[in-house]
Amino acid sequence: MAVPAPTPAQTVGPFFRIGFAWLDTPELVAPSHPGAIRIEGAVFDGAGTPLPDAVLEIFQADPEGRFPPDSGPEWSGFGRCLTDEEGRYHFVSVKPGSVAPESAPHVAMSVFARGLLQRLVTRCYFGDETDANGRDPVLRTIGDRATTLVAAVAEGCYRFDIHIQGDKETAFFAW
Amino acid sequence: MTDTRERASAIDPPYDAPDYHSSGLRHPTRPLFALHAGPTELHGPVFGETAVRPADADLTTQHAGEPLGERIIVSGRLLDDGGRPIAGQLVEIWQTNSAGRYAHGGDQHPAPLDPNFTGAGRCLTGPDGEYRFVSIKPGAYPWRNHPNAWRPCHIHFSVFGRAFTERLVTQMYFPGDPLLALDPIYNAVSEPARPRMVSTFDLGTTIEEWALGYQFDVVVNGHLATPMVG
Ligand SMILES: [Fe+2]
Repeated sequence: MAVPAPTPAQTVGPFFRIGFAWLDTPELVAPSHPGAIRIEGAVFDGAGTPLPDAVLEIFQADPEGRFPPDSGPEWSGFGRCLTDEEGRYHFVSVKPGSVAPESAPHVAMSVFARGLLQRLVTRCYFGDETDANGRDPVLRTIGDRATTLVAAVAEGCYRFDIHIQGDKETAFFAW
Repeated sequence: MTDTRERASAIDPPYDAPDYHSSGLRHPTRPLFALHAGPTELHGPVFGETAVRPADADLTTQHAGEPLGERIIVSGRLLDDGGRPIAGQLVEIWQTNSAGRYAHGGDQHPAPLDPNFTGAGRCLTGPDGEYRFVSIKPGAYPWRNHPNAWRPCHIHFSVFGRAFTERLVTQMYFPGDPLLALDPIYNAVSEPARPRMVSTFDLGTTIEEWALGYQFDVVVNGHLATPMVG
C-alpha cells in the first residue's frame, strides 16, 4: 500500500477564535485543587510587541508522570489558552511528575498565531527545580539558551514569557 | 522513521516567508533545537465522546434558519504517515460565510454577515479515521498583505493526532480556485506539497439535489521543521 503524503501546515490566521473558543481551557484543574500551580506570561514578537492573536496549547503528565489513558478520565493533560489584548495567557495545572530518568518536570507547549505558518514548539520547565533542571538532558543540550525554557518563580505563579524573535528569543524545537 | 520518509522541510512551510508579511516579526531567527521527543511529546490528549455532539459537525443547522450559500459536504480521513487511520480524535474547522465574511469582530470586510451562520464545527473521527462535515462553501476575502490581495476560498482545519508531535493546523482549499496561484500562504509550501491542501470534488460524496461533496484526507506526520542544530 502506498503511504499517504503528509499534509502541510498553514497558519491559524487571525480568526481562529471562531473555531477554538469552545475549547478555551486554561484550567486543567480548579485553582482550589491541592497542589494547583499557575503558569502565566505573554507572547511577544521581534519588536517586543505582545501578540493579542495567539493561542497556546500545553500537554503534560499528571503528578505521577502518567498520560492518557493511564492517567484516568480526570486527567487529559491538555490545556488551551487564547491570548488577551495584552498578549497574556495563563494556565492552572499541577506540576507534572517525572516521565523519564533524569528528565526534569516539564510541560510541552505549542504556539499558534497569525503570521506563524506552522506552530512553534517549546517546553516549559520550573525555576524551583534547579537540581533536576541541571540534570535534564534536553536543557543540557541547549546550553546558554536553556534559561529561556525555565519559568521564573514569581508571586503566586510561574512566569513564562515567550519571545518569538529577538535577543530574548525562546528556544524552539524541531524533531 | 524510514529513509523513504519525506524531510519535514519538503512538507511544511518555512517560518520566515517574506511574501507573507505577518511572518516578518513572528518567525524565530535563532536555530531550532533538535528535540529527541520524550514521553510528553509522544503522548497526547484523548477527547471523550462527551466533548463533542454529532450536531457540531453540521454548520448549517446551528441557528433558527438555514445559511445562504452553496451547501457542501466535506469528508475524508485522518491518517498517520504510515497510512494508518487515527480513530476517535478531534477535528475542528472554521470558515467564512458564503460572502467571505467571518463571524468575528475583527473582520472588517464589508460583506454581509449571515445571522444563520457561525462557521465553526468539530467532530471526533470514526473507527476508520473518517470525519464528515456539512457546511456551505466559504467565500474569498480581501486582506492587506499586498495590493488587491484576496485569500482563496478555504476552510481552516485543526486536527489532533495520537501524540503532541502529530498536532496539525492547516487549511483546506477548493479545486480550480484561480486565487491559489496568487496566495502567499498557500505558496509558502513547496510546490510538490501544495496540492495536498486542495480538496477533491467527489460525485460519490455529493448528494443528489442537495449538496456538493468534497474529499479531503488529512495526514499527520509528527515532524516539525528540520532542525538547524543539534
Ligand atoms: Fe481564513
